[in-house]
Amino acid sequence: MQKTLVTIALAASLGLAATTAQAAILDDVKAKGYVQCGVTGGVPGFSAPDSNNVWTGLEVDYCRALAAAIFNDADAVRYTSLTSQERFTALSAGEIDVLSRTTTWTMSRDTQLGISFVGTMFYDGQGFMVRKADGIASALDLSGAAICIESGTTTELNAADYFAANNLEFNTVVFVDQDEVVKAYEDGRCDVYTTDSSALAAERSKFAVPDDHIILPEIISKEPLGPVVRAGDSAWFNIARWTYFALLEAEELGVSSANVDEMLGSDNPAIKRLLGVEGDFGTPLGLTKDWAYQIVKLVGNYAESYERNVGPATPIGLERGLNALWRDGGIQYAPPIR
Amino acid sequence: MTDFGFVRADMVPSKPAPINTSGVGAWFRKNLFATPLDGVLTILGLVFLVWIVPPLYNFFIGHAVGPGGTVEECRLENAGACWAYISSEMEFFIYGFYDIPEQWRPNIVFALGALLLIPLLIPKVPFKRTNAVLFLLVFPVVSYFLLAGGVFGLKPIPTEKWGGLLVTLIISVVGISCSFPLGIILALGRQSKMPVIKTLCIAFIELIRAVPLITILFMASIMLPLFMPQGTTVDKLLRALVGVTLFTSAYMAEVVRGGLQAIPRGQYEAGASLGLGYWQRMYFIILPQALKHVIPGIVNNFISLFKDTSLVYIVGMKDLLEAVKTKNDTALEWQSANTATTGYLFAAMVFWVFCFGMSRYSMYMERRLNTGYKR
Repeated sequence: MQKTLVTIALAASLGLAATTAQAAILDDVKAKGYVQCGVTGGVPGFSAPDSNNVWTGLEVDYCRALAAAIFNDADAVRYTSLTSQERFTALSAGEIDVLSRTTTWTMSRDTQLGISFVGTMFYDGQGFMVRKADGIASALDLSGAAICIESGTTTELNAADYFAANNLEFNTVVFVDQDEVVKAYEDGRCDVYTTDSSALAAERSKFAVPDDHIILPEIISKEPLGPVVRAGDSAWFNIARWTYFALLEAEELGVSSANVDEMLGSDNPAIKRLLGVEGDFGTPLGLTKDWAYQIVKLVGNYAESYERNVGPATPIGLERGLNALWRDGGIQYAPPIR
Repeated sequence: MTDFGFVRADMVPSKPAPINTSGVGAWFRKNLFATPLDGVLTILGLVFLVWIVPPLYNFFIGHAVGPGGTVEECRLENAGACWAYISSEMEFFIYGFYDIPEQWRPNIVFALGALLLIPLLIPKVPFKRTNAVLFLLVFPVVSYFLLAGGVFGLKPIPTEKWGGLLVTLIISVVGISCSFPLGIILALGRQSKMPVIKTLCIAFIELIRAVPLITILFMASIMLPLFMPQGTTVDKLLRALVGVTLFTSAYMAEVVRGGLQAIPRGQYEAGASLGLGYWQRMYFIILPQALKHVIPGIVNNFISLFKDTSLVYIVGMKDLLEAVKTKNDTALEWQSANTATTGYLFAAMVFWVFCFGMSRYSMYMERRLNTGYKR
């Protein structure tokens, strides 16, 4: 009986969400004067308060880029800290306009929750960290090693799959909380710590001597993290998607926040189109002609944001890897603006 | 008859106490080594102190890195607590994301709150009624406009940016001042002879008491938006405030009901025979006696409310504890072996100061109001 009630309540609320999702988000956002952006409670490099207590990070930069494109003001963003349980509800209930919160793009989420994934801001994947002194060079050497793992996560399932597929002995030490997992690994209760490689890098940077630990080269799962919008408003979806593409396109064309004003005078037609010198690609989106110029000017291109937040020069120290542009050996690729 | 008896005219001068019942040695013997068991316990206690005190001293003070220290010092092999981290991130712990140039506004609210609350708590200070009106009615309004801005040329600061101790205090002060009267009304309602009121009160109390606070907050944050029309959002802080207040008022009602039941029937009848109406009877006769009985229970609720405020992380608010946790996780420039521990210690100390303060004040109040049974 109770189950039926819950089902009815859920169906009613989803129906409500579906019927009202037609309202144009861009108009609402313009009327409000800011973009409401759902972020994490604090994940270094992705969305976290900096030393001036302002949100920063790769995913925060995406929200800022969106605001720059709409308002010519990257600060016209308000942030909502969301837990992983409430993030999709907050999005479908219209409490936030865009969710940019280390959310993995999966088929079930994309097709069943009434939401649309915009693209992949960051290609993540599950990796393994071991102590350098153990002399392990590959995940294939991990047979029988004690693995610290967070229970009930896809992390656990991925690792089990990988070990079974490679005929390795799977030996886990399971914890409920991420902090406990790290602590256990640090205290030597297990030989291996596994989670998404970006998180591995962030955790490693917190160790007393980060260089005593290495992250193995094997990436055993696909975790494409990207911004998400409500389904059903293709105009808003396009703005969200082309904001992401503009960040990539600017990097590809060598346009950065430092040289964007000089680039206005560039002879390269692709740059002219990006910056709105030639043609008008902003108005069809409901934006101004110089939308991409504002993004690059106020936030920078993808490379700048990456280097600033998670790149090798930061404490997180992630190489570009899969997140390099397609011509540099990565898989970040934006369709042409024309 | 001759006098042959001897009658002593004055007292024998008293001798000093035997050496084994006076002086330092005797004190030790009497208090620490009276029996073999006492002796063993004393020695064990000493060993324990020797074992525990120096490391604690070294951690907290001896090897600790004081405010103004650098992260390099915190990363040294034998470094203790990293207080430099606390002082460096203090702004986030107190104000959360509140804009740094605007932080004078919460400061004024803190000062105003202290200025109004302290005289209210000291019985001797006059003008209690004016003071209470100022604190309970004027102060919240002034604070809201000062903190939220948007009027008188103040920069608007949305509640998402509020955080840290500011949020902890807002939720506890509002929670305490709203749940107390609400609890009294619910308790009276539960004893009412009017069936509708009685049933409603019982239903409310039993429903709320039967679910954990975390569930109420979760409901407020996840289910509520689904039932609201698209685009209408209820402020997260408001949701947390309402959730915490309703939750505490249900508990408060039961505590107050305990006090009401301790009042003999004769008191009600005496009030009625004086021609007092229901509310007069309650206000002048019953509640003053009933509440006095249950001060420990009431303060117990206040203290647990204060600590429960840290559950608002469920709705994505950053109270003091969550602010500390966020910085522990994200302030990579301060990472060292003891950074997180120091952060949690700091949060624990702040919570302790407030809760201990409430507890001491309630004991003082109990002694002061213990007029009926004073011997």
